[in-house]
Amino acid sequence: MHPRNVWQAMSRPGFLLSSWPWRSVLYLLTGAAAGIAALVGIVTVAVIGGALAVVLVGLPLLVCVALAGIPVASMERRRLALIDLDPATDQHRTPSAPGLWAWLRTRLREQATWRELGYALLFAGLLWPVDALVVTVGLLFPVSMVATPLLMATIGGGDEAKVLKQWTVTTWPGAFGVAVLGLVLLVLCAYALGLAGGARAELTRLLIASREADLDAKVTELASSRVRLVDAFEAERRRIERDLHDGAQQRLVALTMTLGLARLDAPPGPLADQLAKAHEEAGKALEELRELIHGIHPKVLADYGLEAAVADAADRSVVPVDVGLELPGRLPEAVEAAAYFVVCEALANVAKHSGASRAEVSGGHRDGRLVLEVHDDGGGGANAADGSGLTGLADRVSVLDGRLALSSPPGGPTLLRVEIPCERTDPCA
Amino acid sequence: MRANRPLRVVLAEDSVLLREGLIGLLTRCGHEVVAAVGDAQALLVAVAEHAPDIVVTDVRMPPGFQDEGLHAAVRLREKQPALPVLVLSQYVQRAYASELLDSGDGSGVGYLLKDRVGQVEEFVDALSEVADGGTVVDPEVVRQLLRRRRDPLARLTPREREVLALIAQGKSNGAIARELVVSEAAVGKHIGSILTKLDLPPADETHRRVLAVLAFLRA
Repeated sequence: MHPRNVWQAMSRPGFLLSSWPWRSVLYLLTGAAAGIAALVGIVTVAVIGGALAVVLVGLPLLVCVALAGIPVASMERRRLALIDLDPATDQHRTPSAPGLWAWLRTRLREQATWRELGYALLFAGLLWPVDALVVTVGLLFPVSMVATPLLMATIGGGDEAKVLKQWTVTTWPGAFGVAVLGLVLLVLCAYALGLAGGARAELTRLLIASREADLDAKVTELASSRVRLVDAFEAERRRIERDLHDGAQQRLVALTMTLGLARLDAPPGPLADQLAKAHEEAGKALEELRELIHGIHPKVLADYGLEAAVADAADRSVVPVDVGLELPGRLPEAVEAAAYFVVCEALANVAKHSGASRAEVSGGHRDGRLVLEVHDDGGGGANAADGSGLTGLADRVSVLDGRLALSSPPGGPTLLRVEIPCERTDPCA
Repeated sequence: MRANRPLRVVLAEDSVLLREGLIGLLTRCGHEVVAAVGDAQALLVAVAEHAPDIVVTDVRMPPGFQDEGLHAAVRLREKQPALPVLVLSQYVQRAYASELLDSGDGSGVGYLLKDRVGQVEEFVDALSEVADGGTVVDPEVVRQLLRRRRDPLARLTPREREVLALIAQGKSNGAIARELVVSEAAVGKHIGSILTKLDLPPADETHRRVLAVLAFLRA
C-alpha cells in the first residue's frame, strides 16, 4: 500500500528516493508564500476597514476581516493534500436558506468560522515565518555544502571556497569532505523537513479539519442511511401485505365460497367427495396465507398499536403469557414494529427452546423511552449471538438508538429487555 | 335447528369479486341483499335508507384500508343498538372483537373470519343467529382465548369452559349437546353453573348467555 501521509512514508525504507521529501518542501514553501499573501491581505483590509470605520463604510470590510479565516482555511485544506492524502473536509454547516444574508448569519454563528479566523491570524503572523525558516535551513545549508567543490572551482578560482559564509576551505580534499558532509546532512534534513511538514499538517488538521469531525459526519451519514434502509424495508413489507390481502386472499375466499356452494348442489357420490376435498384444500391454503400475511405485518399493530398487538401475540402463544403492558397513546411506527417483532421472536423462542410453563410481557413508556421486558420461568441458557433471530432484532433496535439486553443464565430464568427512546403520540390522535 | 327466515341484508365489501360471491351465496340461501356497497360511508347511507334486518361488513375498506368497516359498524350500533351486525375480518383479533362487542350490549353481534364464508352452512347459520340477537364469535378467537388462563374463568371446570366456548360460537343448547355428546339437560345444568360462577343474576336466559360470552371475551 502506498503511504497516505508523510508520517507513514518516513517509517518505510525508500523515503529519501520517494517524492515525499519534495512534497514536504513544496508544502512548506507554498506555506511561506501563502502566509505572506494572507498577512498582506488581512492587514490591508483591516487597516482600510479600521480607517473607514468612522464613516461606517469600513464596517462591512471589518466583517470581511472576521470572515478572512474561511478562504484561508479553504486554501489550507487544499494545500494539505500535498502532504496528507486523507480528505480534509470543512466543518461548516450548509445555510438553511439561499442568499447572502442566510449564509452570513450561519457563518457568523458557527464555531468553525472563528476557529478558522484564529488559524488565519496564527498563519499570517507566526506559521509562515517558521515555514520559511525551516525550508531555508533544511534545504539551503546542506545544498550549499554539497556545492562547495563547485564553488571552489568557479568563484574561488580553485583556491578557496566559503562554507556557509563562515568557514573557508582551501584544499580540494577539504572541499570534497565538506561536500560529503553536506550529503549526510541532506539525508538528515530530508527527515527533518518531513517531520516539520508533517507536524505543520497535523496542526492545520487539528485546527480546521479535524479527523474526528470528519468521522462524525460519516457516522451520521451511515446511521441515517441505515434508518432509510429500515424504513424502505418496512414500507415494502406493508406493500406485500396489502398486495396479498387485496389479491390472492380475496380470490381464495371467493374460491372456497364457490366450492362451498358447489358442495351444496352436488349429489352424494365421488364428485361430492372430490369437491369436499378441494374445498378443504382451499380452506387450508387460505389459512396458511392468512398466517403468512399476519407475519409480514399484522393489521392490529397498524390499527390499534403495540399494546393490542402484543396482547394478540400473547393470545396466540402456546405458552401462557401474562401481559402487563401500559401504553396510553401510540408510538412512532418504526418503534412499534421493532418492539412488536422483538416480542414475537421472544415468545417464539420461549415456546421453542425454554421449556417454560409461563411467560410475562411487561413494560411501558417511561422517561422518554419504551421499555419492554419478556420474562420466562424456563431453563435459561439462551444466547443472542448464536444465530438466533434475536441478532437481527438487536440490529433493528439499534437502528432506533435502542438497546436489547438478554440475561439467561443456565438454569434460568430468562429475561429479555428492550429499551427504545421515543416520544409518545397523542392518545386522542 | 333454527328455521332460517328470509333476511334483508345490507352488504359492505370492497372487493367486487367477493361482493358478487356473497350476494350469490345469500340469495341462494333465501335472503335478500337490498344494498351492496364498497366503502364505509356508503354503508352508513345504505343502512339509513333500507333499514335492513342485518348488516354484513368487511373490516378493511376504502379509503384508508384500515378498520373503516369496523368503525362504521360500531357507529351504526351506537345509533341503533339493536341493529344486528356481522363483521367479517381477514384476521381475527381480540382488539377488533372487543370494540365490536362493547357497542350496545353485545347482543346481535357477530365477528367472523372471512374464511368462514366458505363454510356456507355454518356461515348462514351464524348470520341467522346474529339476526336473532345472538352473539357469534369466531372459533379462532375463542381458541386463542382458551390458551390463556384467565382469572374470572378460573373457577369454571374444564367442561364448563368448553361449554362457554361453544356458547361464544353461537351454538344453541341442542348443538352444544350434540357436539359434546351429552344430553341437552346436562348442557343446561352446565350453563346454570357457569352463570352462577360468573355472578350473572337470574334474568332473561338469552341475555345472560350474551353476558357470559362477554365475560369470557374480556377476561
